Amino acid sequence: MHDNEHSSHHEESFISKYIFSLDHKMIGKQFLIYGLIMLFVGGGLALLFRWQLAYPERPLPIIGASPQYLEEGEVVTGADRMWERIYESEQEEWLEVNMPNGVVEPAFYNMLFTMHATIMVFFVVVPILVGAFGNFLIPLMIGTRDMAFPILNMLSFWLAVLAAIVMTIGFFVPGGHAAAGWTGYAPLSSDPQWTGVDWGQNLWAISLLIQGFSSLVGSINYITTIINMRAPGMTFFRLPLVIWSLFIVAILLLLAFPVLSSALALLIFDRLAGTTFFTATAEGGGDPLLWQHLFWFFGHPEVYILILPGMGIASELVAVFSRKPIFGYRSMVYAMIAIAFLGWIVWGHHMFQSGMRPGLGSVFMTTTMLIAVPSAIKTFNWLGTMFRGSIRFTAPMLHAIAFVSMFVIGGLSGIYMANTPVDIFIHDTYYIVAHIHYVVFGGSLFAMFGGIIFWFPKMYGRHMNDVLSKIHFWLTFIAFNCTFFPMHILGVGGHMRRISNPMQYEFLQQFEGMNIFITMSAFTLGFAQLILVFNFFWSMYRGKVAEKNPWHVNTLEWEAPTPVPHGNFGQIPTVYRGPYEYSVPGEESDWIPQADPEHAPATSGD
Amino acid sequence: MLQWLPENVSTFGQGVDNLFHAIYWLTLIVFVLVMGTLIVFLIKYRHQEGKKADYIEGSTTLEIIWTAATTVIVFVLAMFSYPQWNNIKSPTQFPENPDVVVQVNGKQFNWDMTYPGPDNEFGTDDDLELENELHVPVNAVVHIRLTAEDVIHSFFVPQLRLKQDALPNRFIDVWFEATKAGRYEIPCAELCGFGHSGMLGYLNVHTQNDYDAWVQERWPQ
Ligand code: HEM
Ligand SMILES: [Cu+2]
Ligand SMILES: [Cu+2]
Repeated sequence: MHDNEHSSHHEESFISKYIFSLDHKMIGKQFLIYGLIMLFVGGGLALLFRWQLAYPERPLPIIGASPQYLEEGEVVTGADRMWERIYESEQEEWLEVNMPNGVVEPAFYNMLFTMHATIMVFFVVVPILVGAFGNFLIPLMIGTRDMAFPILNMLSFWLAVLAAIVMTIGFFVPGGHAAAGWTGYAPLSSDPQWTGVDWGQNLWAISLLIQGFSSLVGSINYITTIINMRAPGMTFFRLPLVIWSLFIVAILLLLAFPVLSSALALLIFDRLAGTTFFTATAEGGGDPLLWQHLFWFFGHPEVYILILPGMGIASELVAVFSRKPIFGYRSMVYAMIAIAFLGWIVWGHHMFQSGMRPGLGSVFMTTTMLIAVPSAIKTFNWLGTMFRGSIRFTAPMLHAIAFVSMFVIGGLSGIYMANTPVDIFIHDTYYIVAHIHYVVFGGSLFAMFGGIIFWFPKMYGRHMNDVLSKIHFWLTFIAFNCTFFPMHILGVGGHMRRISNPMQYEFLQQFEGMNIFITMSAFTLGFAQLILVFNFFWSMYRGKVAEKNPWHVNTLEWEAPTPVPHGNFGQIPTVYRGPYEYSVPGEESDWIPQADPEHAPATSGD
Repeated sequence: MLQWLPENVSTFGQGVDNLFHAIYWLTLIVFVLVMGTLIVFLIKYRHQEGKKADYIEGSTTLEIIWTAATTVIVFVLAMFSYPQWNNIKSPTQFPENPDVVVQVNGKQFNWDMTYPGPDNEFGTDDDLELENELHVPVNAVVHIRLTAEDVIHSFFVPQLRLKQDALPNRFIDVWFEATKAGRYEIPCAELCGFGHSGMLGYLNVHTQNDYDAWVQERWPQ
């Protein structure tokens, strides 16, 4: 194919190289940038509502009106001038409707957290962990030149862009964007009369349908590629764990997303065609619980879609930087497969208090407790991998260690909620919010940061700045814990989630200080991410030039030249051993690449 | 951390709190052990010049031990939870012959309480409807017929350790027995629209005398 980098280089125009690229690496990078942009959108929304939680009914900093303006109508600041202009104008301006004087309105608040979660789950974590890492890593790590279906691959990215555009338009339609939570419980979501949200919710559903197609197309591609295009010698049990995780995630996506799509289609019928799939009317009709069953039948596998690639990435990083084989490689694989199976029969744990028959609650408690077991196995194996290792505290490794520790907290907090009697109290409180963020931010996002720094040299041929990466890590790690740990306490105090003003409740008065502290930490957390972005783009052009295999890694992606040419490898490598042959006794160097034909025959993975 | 739990004032609440405490200690111990091990490993096995990592591929014995241990622990935990859960939520196990029966109807953005009155039947003339105020006697079994008018709401009384979603066109039975007189908040715990925050009722638990006086005042004989 393209054995010579130069020949292919000249054929491509800017458009075919950077925009409508068919190259899996470029598509991976596109997903990465896409996800990072959406990360800032989602994060910005969160800061807006965090302000409201700390200082209810108080104008936002900078864009909010000044006290003098509010009390005496005296224009003091630039913001006051802006508000003056908005109130004088004839039209109903967006800002006037949603946050008059810079105060977040309750309806706007609902829209903010709804869109925050929707964007983070569907437009940040999945596009980056699955879209970016999946595309970039799969062909390189299994030793092939590209994905099985490059055009489908491109389609997958552009469908995701379309979904993001549709989702963004929703912010500006009359009635505002969807405001029924990312879980979109019916009938709040299915009947516009209960929220006043009109096309916002429709666009939300349509956008997620499109995003569903994108994931579907992507996952078919991943599965086909991994099954059919592995390099000679690359048996399934020689696959790196991150590829295993992406393979399993692709299967989950393929099977789970259509369920959400069906539910979304029914939702759209309810909203636009007057059907009542999700409404119980006096004459009969549907059932609000049907939505919840469908949503969580998708939703629980979805949360594992969010974490499995993180587990895979963390496994790579822990092995590489402990210079040791993965402890219990096969049990890691089986644990992931177990999670993938059990993930289908636990969805009811989101519905313990929903009015679902109580006997079913007990069944779902049992299955949910079961799924904690493979999670524990994975944790112990990560510890086992570090045991008697030679640990290097590189920036990626710091993130991997954070991943493991935060996942432990998130997993343990899951036990409380899996326990039906305890869940009666903590369901729909900040305890759940703490749990979500420990697994998805503490888990998936730390793995993602670690993965970005680790593979950056292969992606862009340069290193990210180490000092900046470490500053970013520590700031993020500390601010993350200051933001989300206290939410456990709020939850234990009974603080409900999704309320815009806790000060309306007697029993929550005591939490005012804690809410302020959380908001301060959240702003710190948000601003710390600017370091990452600066580091990312600065290093792309100015970073230290990377050698071919700077971290001394065994897996195949590091066999390819840097920067990786179109077609990846000069000659397709042959695989001789498992991916984690580090510190093999009797060997001089502490690593033996998978494609190295010399050295002792492999022990691991066969 | 558990000192943040609001005071418990229901008969079944203590069972919930006991489980909460048990899980708290269990997870705290696991957390300390795992994190302690991690930190020891990070210090002890940090990279040192001239020292190579040991080549260890795993241990089937260990895998079996920790798989079995976690399975046993979570199942024991589950065993202790089933009876509590059924006691609180299974209508077949509710204490019979309630002292008070009330219908609670969640609607945007209030709780409507309906008392059947002396004839103990809903839908008759002596029914009493109150907005956001629920009155019950202390140490008495209360049954609630929970429903909603428009969207899903959730009936939450933190001090009772009780939460149950209310669904439109469906009646869900809920029970409790309060052990301490007082006035407690009933927030709505399920997102129900722009007025969700601040949707708030009150549970007034009276001493028997006060409750009798309240009944007398409402339905004078
Ligand atoms: C040890 C494993 C875990 C257990 C036992 C567990 C258990 C639970 C339970 C019972 C709930 C529902 C709580 C409620 O609403 O009352 C829940 C919620 C949730 N979990 Fe987990 N979980 C585990 C791991 C994870 C992982 C790995 C993720 C994702 C990466 C995750 C993400 C979520 C999310 C996003 C929600 C909240 C959804 C919502 O209501 O908005 N969990 N978990
Ligand atoms: Cu779940
Ligand atoms: Cu509500």
